[in-house]
Amino acid sequence: MTAALLDVTEVHTYYGDSHVLRGVSLAAAAGAVTALLGRNGMGKTTLIRSVIGFTPPRRGTVRVRGEEVQRLSSHEIARRGVGLVPQGRRIFPSLTVEEQLRIASRPGGAWSLDGVYDLFPRLRERRRHFGGQLSGGEQQMLAIGRALMTNPAVLLMDEPSEGLAPLVVRGLRDTIARLRDTGLAVLLVEQNLPLALDVADTCYILSRGRVVHHGPAADLARDERIRALHLGV
Amino acid sequence: MTFYAQNALNGLAYGSLLFMIAAGFTLIFGLMRIVNIAQTAFFLIGAYIGLMLLHAGVPFWIAAALAGAAVMAAGLLIYRVFLHRYHADELTALLLTLGFALMLDDLALAAWGGDPQSVPPPPAFASSVQLGPLVFPAYWLTLIVLSALVAAGLRLLERRTMLGAVIRAGVDDEEMTRGLGINIDRAFYVVFALGAFLAGAGGVLGSPITGAYPGLDGDLLPLAFAVIIIGGIGSLEGAYVGSLIIGLVSTFGKALFPELSYFTIFVPVAAIMALRPQGLLGRKR
Ligand SMILES: Nc1ncnc2c1ncn2[C@@H]1O[C@H](COP(=O)(O)OP(=O)(O)O)[C@@H](O)[C@H]1O
Ligand SMILES: [Mg+2]
Repeated sequence: MTAALLDVTEVHTYYGDSHVLRGVSLAAAAGAVTALLGRNGMGKTTLIRSVIGFTPPRRGTVRVRGEEVQRLSSHEIARRGVGLVPQGRRIFPSLTVEEQLRIASRPGGAWSLDGVYDLFPRLRERRRHFGGQLSGGEQQMLAIGRALMTNPAVLLMDEPSEGLAPLVVRGLRDTIARLRDTGLAVLLVEQNLPLALDVADTCYILSRGRVVHHGPAADLARDERIRALHLGV
Repeated sequence: MTFYAQNALNGLAYGSLLFMIAAGFTLIFGLMRIVNIAQTAFFLIGAYIGLMLLHAGVPFWIAAALAGAAVMAAGLLIYRVFLHRYHADELTALLLTLGFALMLDDLALAAWGGDPQSVPPPPAFASSVQLGPLVFPAYWLTLIVLSALVAAGLRLLERRTMLGAVIRAGVDDEEMTRGLGINIDRAFYVVFALGAFLAGAGGVLGSPITGAYPGLDGDLLPLAFAVIIIGGIGSLEGAYVGSLIIGLVSTFGKALFPELSYFTIFVPVAAIMALRPQGLLGRKR
């Protein structure tokens, strides 16, 4: 078992008085995909926001490569090696594809502009287009490419398949597998259970701000009872 | 005919000086959501500092640059110590800038007295230009060109540089910008400094037209607001177009209906608010 690149321990996160994460612990290892599942509103995005520092946890620790980051501001956390592919993609409409990649660029790792363009040749074709002119699939490529430009150790992906056509989802699956093989620790939030079970090594299920199940993806694929109980499928 | 042409040129010159205020106003609001009421006070302070430097024998253009730098330093101090903490809190930030506007106003009154002062244009541009039947001060034409150059330069900065891309990203989605490891706070400082510099230097450049007197900032503030509303908050092009429109409208308003000068300015403002709330070149939010 490799040491986890991302280690979340007993995290409690609030929106104002609303206590959303109630002591969540999870780990994501290098070269593996860790899936975070759960029905809508269970706190998956809040966990992602807690890690990147958008909504810092009130209690608990977040470690990236062993270093505590939960008190740092978001840009510092990102620079410690956390890449974010957020829910809804959050592409900048008034920047061109290339500008979005360039502003995210932090040299000194495996990824560069050319590397991202080689991974997604479509982005190279669209480099002069503005964010608002891209299709959903292209936006997703850009969201991933933009995160890779920061040369992260941990890649947070929040519902990357949302709103994509089935064919595009298959391409996404291959991309996630390729990124895993480069040694990234991928934390994948997904509603698309077949995709998650297909690509993930480990699964966590969140329910009302708590981890209610944790284990190998293969077990969850077999265990219909847990799927029915916590995911409603 | 001469009347219209003359006033059109006057209006463009007046609009050109408004742009020096409005550019910072729109950039600062667009990125940081701070309504910087002190922007016209920066202009006034800049005008007075410039006047002081001119009296000390400093050449006009250098005085403008130095006054811009001095106002920029003051603006950065205000931003660093007070505003920086409140940019998420729009009302507090607005009240703070209002407070600083009033303080700067009083400071100017105490330092330079209550008498209106006229400011000579740079000697090389003090002559008049004869354009057919029109006689037009050469300096005013210079100001029109200069302001257009500033607008073009700012547009290049915004569209063609990495800093400009970071600023646009911050306007689009500040949180996401931070999530990419970008320290957007640095861009905040740069934009605030730039806005203060332009207003301060603009105070010197515009003072041969406006003069310098206590209350000038208060007189300019509604115009600056009108510019932003017409052009669209956050849009540089909008600020430029809006400045020229307000410059023209206010000049013609004063010439045609002197007793209704504010009324004429807010006619186009009301029309924009009713028909196109995001402004001529603004984006829907
Ligand atoms: N900005 C917010 N302010 C207040 N409550 C929020 C906010 N965002 C999410 N919530 C609440 O937190 C809970 C978890 O939401 P979220 O983490 O987005 O769930 P998921 O990503 O699992 O669908 C939900 O009950 C949601 O209503
Ligand atoms: Mg979510």
